[in-house]
Amino acid sequence: MIEIKNLIKTYHDGKVETPVLKDINFSIEDGEFVAIMGRSGAGKSTLLYQISLLDHPSSGDIIIDGVNATDLSSDDRTKYRLHKLGYVFQDYALLPDLTALENVALPLIMQGKTTEHAYSVAKKALDRVNLGHRPGNLPSQLSGGEQQRVSVARAIAHKPKILFADEPTANLDTESSRVVIDLFKELHKEGQTIIMVTHEEEYGKMTERTIRLSDGKVVEDRKNR
Amino acid sequence: MSFVPIRVGFFLAIRQIKHASLWTTILIMFVMTLTFLNLVVINGVLVGLMQGAVTAEKNKYTGDLIISNLNQKAYIENTSGILNILNGLPQVSLLSGRYLAGGTVESGYKTKTRDSDVTESAGGVIAGIDPVKENNFSGIGGLMIEGSYLAPDDYDKILLGADLLYKYTPIDTPGLKNLKTAGVGSLVRLHIGSTTREVLIKGIVKSKVGELDQRIFMVDSQLRSIIGRDDLNLNEISVVLKPGVDPLFVKNILVKNGFDQGAKIQTYLEAQPKFLKDIAQTFSLLGNMLGSIGLVVASITIFIVIFVNAITRRKFIGILKGIGIDSRAIEYSYIFQSIFYALSGTGLGVLFLYGFLVPYVNAHPINFPFSDGIIYVTVAGTSIRVIILLITTVVAGYIPARIIVKRNTLDAILGR
Ligand SMILES: Nc1ncnc2c1ncn2[C@@H]1O[C@H](COP(=O)(O)OP(=O)(O)OP(=O)(O)O)[C@@H](O)[C@H]1O
Ligand SMILES: [Mg+2]
Repeated sequence: MIEIKNLIKTYHDGKVETPVLKDINFSIEDGEFVAIMGRSGAGKSTLLYQISLLDHPSSGDIIIDGVNATDLSSDDRTKYRLHKLGYVFQDYALLPDLTALENVALPLIMQGKTTEHAYSVAKKALDRVNLGHRPGNLPSQLSGGEQQRVSVARAIAHKPKILFADEPTANLDTESSRVVIDLFKELHKEGQTIIMVTHEEEYGKMTERTIRLSDGKVVEDRKNR
Repeated sequence: MSFVPIRVGFFLAIRQIKHASLWTTILIMFVMTLTFLNLVVINGVLVGLMQGAVTAEKNKYTGDLIISNLNQKAYIENTSGILNILNGLPQVSLLSGRYLAGGTVESGYKTKTRDSDVTESAGGVIAGIDPVKENNFSGIGGLMIEGSYLAPDDYDKILLGADLLYKYTPIDTPGLKNLKTAGVGSLVRLHIGSTTREVLIKGIVKSKVGELDQRIFMVDSQLRSIIGRDDLNLNEISVVLKPGVDPLFVKNILVKNGFDQGAKIQTYLEAQPKFLKDIAQTFSLLGNMLGSIGLVVASITIFIVIFVNAITRRKFIGILKGIGIDSRAIEYSYIFQSIFYALSGTGLGVLFLYGFLVPYVNAHPINFPFSDGIIYVTVAGTSIRVIILLITTVVAGYIPARIIVKRNTLDAILGR
């Protein structure tokens, strides 16, 4: 379970203060598929970075399974991200020098797995996203949709507790977008907790729950269907 | 302490190197090669130049051991006793003895028409040598730059050291007199004490050993007759030992027998002029200073290369940290890249140095006016320089990597 309590994020730029997240509170149960929605500039990405431990909130708590993540040291946060979290970014964020298989295997090797084990797990993850036939391709040798599927494979290969995605379909055409969303739905059916930022109502509806932000506040939190 | 970050760093480094621009890689390796050569070769040439002079001094003049008369004596006392001992020692391989006398050569007296006309003359040490033994010892017969070497039965013929001729040593100062017109085939007057002999210049010797190039050589029996020496006491004995024999060992035998009471007994190192040692040290220092500049240039190069590399990859460094890759692993990846550049660069340098430069220069020494320069490099000296270069590059690669890796993860991912 993830609990967000009194979360505030304010950017300081010299004397200028920009409040972006203004006292956010909600919790997410294990296995939920949540869409964070809202207009551009509402603070969706900012909220996702806080929950996914990529950024430090100005104040408030993020409690994952009883552990207050805001108390963790920088090293522990890195380890936590490596072992417990998975990320899919809008621009795929693959490493250009690594093949598809190596991109997926890298976090597993960092976890201390042997290379063979990491590669075999990575291969299975690529199979899962229907890219098992192109493990040796560099990102530059893959289409945008294929790259995003590699990125999903990397995010799920280590069976993370939570999968985070920030506008995973924004750079993709409709067909590729469907493939990614369908993948998320399948993963969700298997019990994967997913928190996804999107501004597309169509994909928002496919999730279980929508949290809508406006001007840094939660203005709607409802179950879909 | 876990090895995983090192493993991941290596994993990343290999793939980055593999996909790096070929020309950039070649250029960096080239800089490293030049730095290495700069570090080793400049020092090696400067020291080798002096080493050439030291070796020449030993091979052509002193041998491993040189015995000479005490300053206040006219000759080596008990020469025959010393020769007996040396000839009986299995460690001794060659001997060459010389008689020495001070004197001058004078030329131009034939063309002199009036008493007030000045003749030209040059002073030097006249060495009476056994032409065969001396040639066996120093190969002096091969050092003739003009004319030919002495034969044992040459009568009234001399060889002149190149420094006695203006042609070869164009120095014209009041303190140093040399012959300007005389050359091979000229008749000159040899003055030794009150005796004067007209002799023929048979050849000119240029050995690049200062002492020899200022000498006048003639057959020993003749010099003896000119100076009226009827004993067989020599002034100089150069002793060549079998390879691996410590000259001190033989010297000590002679000293134990008391011969040092009547002669100066020196190893080649002791006989070496002090200025040679001083210059060798100065040159080595100079070489190291020049090399250090190269080292600074190389470390700045590596610093910039890694810095630019890391800064253009800032986003990917951010992503790596974002998905949970340890900062140390990323830093190691840059250290490995620096090591790769340093090792491949110095590897090429070592190949070039030992595969080409050293053997080539040994076969064709650099023709310096005062020595035949070789490149003086030792395995220990080269290894130390490789290690210094490696450490420098590792530090120069680590610092910029650390600067970039330390930056905020999210800012790096978002490129802000
Ligand atoms: N580093 C920063 N400094 C100052 N303000 C920032 C910073 N980062 C984001 N903001 C501001 O915070 C607000 C929310 O940004 P955020 O990226 O979370 O929006 P978003 O909801 O993800 O929008 P979009 O749909 O366009 O991605 C914006 O007004 C933005 O200008
Ligand atoms: Mg956003």
